[in-house]
Amino acid sequence: MKSNSGARVVAKVEPTLAHRISTKLYSKPKLRLQLLLSAPVTWLGLVYIAALLALLVTAFFTVDSFTGNLTPGFSLENFASLFTNSLYSTVTFRTIGIALAVTVVDVLLALPIAFYMAKVASPRARGVLVISILMPLWASYLVKAYAWRSLLSNVGIFAWLLRPIGLDTPGYSLLGAGITLGYLWLPYVILPIYASLEKVPSNLLEASSDLGAKTWPTLRRIVFPLILPGIVAGSIFSFSLTLGDYITINIVGGANQMLGNLVYSNVGVANNLPMAAAIALVPVLIMFGYLSAVRRTGALDNL
Amino acid sequence: MAITSSILTVIYLPLAIVLLNSFNSSLNMDWPPPGFTLEWWQRAGASTGLLDALITSLVIAACSAAIALVLGTMLAMALSRYKFFGKNAVSLMIILPIALPGIVTGIALNNAFRTLLGMQLSILTVVIAHATFCIVTVYNNALARLNRMGKSMEEASADLGAGVFTTFRLVTLPQMLSALVAGGLLAFGLSFDEIIVTTFTAGGGTQTLPIWILNNMFRPGKAPIVDVVAVFMVIVSIIPIYFAQRLTAKEAKAS
Repeated sequence: MKSNSGARVVAKVEPTLAHRISTKLYSKPKLRLQLLLSAPVTWLGLVYIAALLALLVTAFFTVDSFTGNLTPGFSLENFASLFTNSLYSTVTFRTIGIALAVTVVDVLLALPIAFYMAKVASPRARGVLVISILMPLWASYLVKAYAWRSLLSNVGIFAWLLRPIGLDTPGYSLLGAGITLGYLWLPYVILPIYASLEKVPSNLLEASSDLGAKTWPTLRRIVFPLILPGIVAGSIFSFSLTLGDYITINIVGGANQMLGNLVYSNVGVANNLPMAAAIALVPVLIMFGYLSAVRRTGALDNL
Repeated sequence: MAITSSILTVIYLPLAIVLLNSFNSSLNMDWPPPGFTLEWWQRAGASTGLLDALITSLVIAACSAAIALVLGTMLAMALSRYKFFGKNAVSLMIILPIALPGIVTGIALNNAFRTLLGMQLSILTVVIAHATFCIVTVYNNALARLNRMGKSMEEASADLGAGVFTTFRLVTLPQMLSALVAGGLLAFGLSFDEIIVTTFTAGGGTQTLPIWILNNMFRPGKAPIVDVVAVFMVIVSIIPIYFAQRLTAKEAKAS
């Protein structure tokens, strides 16, 4: 009797299509993985990786100076002019210099701020600080650069504050651009350092001081090696973001140019896409070099 | 306390100045302001070009966040639940669009759209570009949540006879939901603000709010209205971030 009614129930269930697919998927984890990966990997591969590779290839093309058409081929002309054209090499070194300076300054500023947030501030102040530093991180990049345009202006607040004491605003210059870039990326540097400091157990610091180490040796030999991945992660942001920037320098850098400006003018005004591609590969190569150099520190997991 | 307030002053001073300047009666952002006026706010409110730019920005941000949500979630599920050959390559591919300078992403996509695919630059190309670099924010949030959740609930669900779709709908998705909302909001904010990739993928006919600001910033006499739009942009981009932050904070407390 019992088995009879059970059999009737089973017979009633018509496996739907979704049901059959589900059963099939359940027994084939590999198929599930392939389905999960297919769309996003196709997207990233087709849209992004293909575009990057095409950019790499285009850098070896040339432009017909009469028609303005692309001439496919393998020419090292663009790369040669990167080194021979003094404008390009000057701008390349200037950009790397600014990126290094901004990164070093940001790390030096971020270390005490992050340390204060993670280890000194009360838990309540900590929450407020993290949110207050996160907020401007996400607030418009353009607005922040623009804000510095008003601060640095000849009639702005810096001129107003500094002129009475015999100084002046840095104005729209390389220094102005450097300060603005440093401000823009500071939260990006603070947060990974803060995150890695938060993971350093406080009793490790106590143990170090119990064993007789003073503050500085404790920081240098205990804390620093532990937060190095965080520092490197932060520096990836500030370095990479500065290398590719061309908007900030337009807004607060006066007539000065960075690599990004050369890329932009070659895509637009000069209509020389291959040259633009060759210039754009400079920051890519620098970043790949940097990323592979820091891979071993585990910084990439801290991004 | 002194340190806290000085950090916050340095971080917020520039934004505060923009807010004040949006009421500054001087056309050249003179400091100290000679007087205050609401004229710029009224003029910004009446501008149809601005309204169009705002709508364009909102549409682009919503579409990019939606695409990023789907793709980012799929990637997070694949990378958190399976071991496979090329896993590192896939995770590198996800962070590459934000690890490389924006201008590289911009010019690479510009070249691919125009030269390889023969596409006209439009809202569509901006959405494709934005979705590409937004995937990582959704992915990071979803991956962190999936790793914390562990597999046991999903396994229990399967043991009790639920199929893969049922398990996803009734077990995995509800647990992931707040992380996905947070990731989607961050993606929305990221896209709404983006300017560098946008300038390379938008073409002449598409004007987002950041592009409107950039175009008007250097025009004489436009500075005060740019201040108004700037204040507005900060507010609009901070609201989703604020909610995303609250969602993440709640979860941290719960765990």
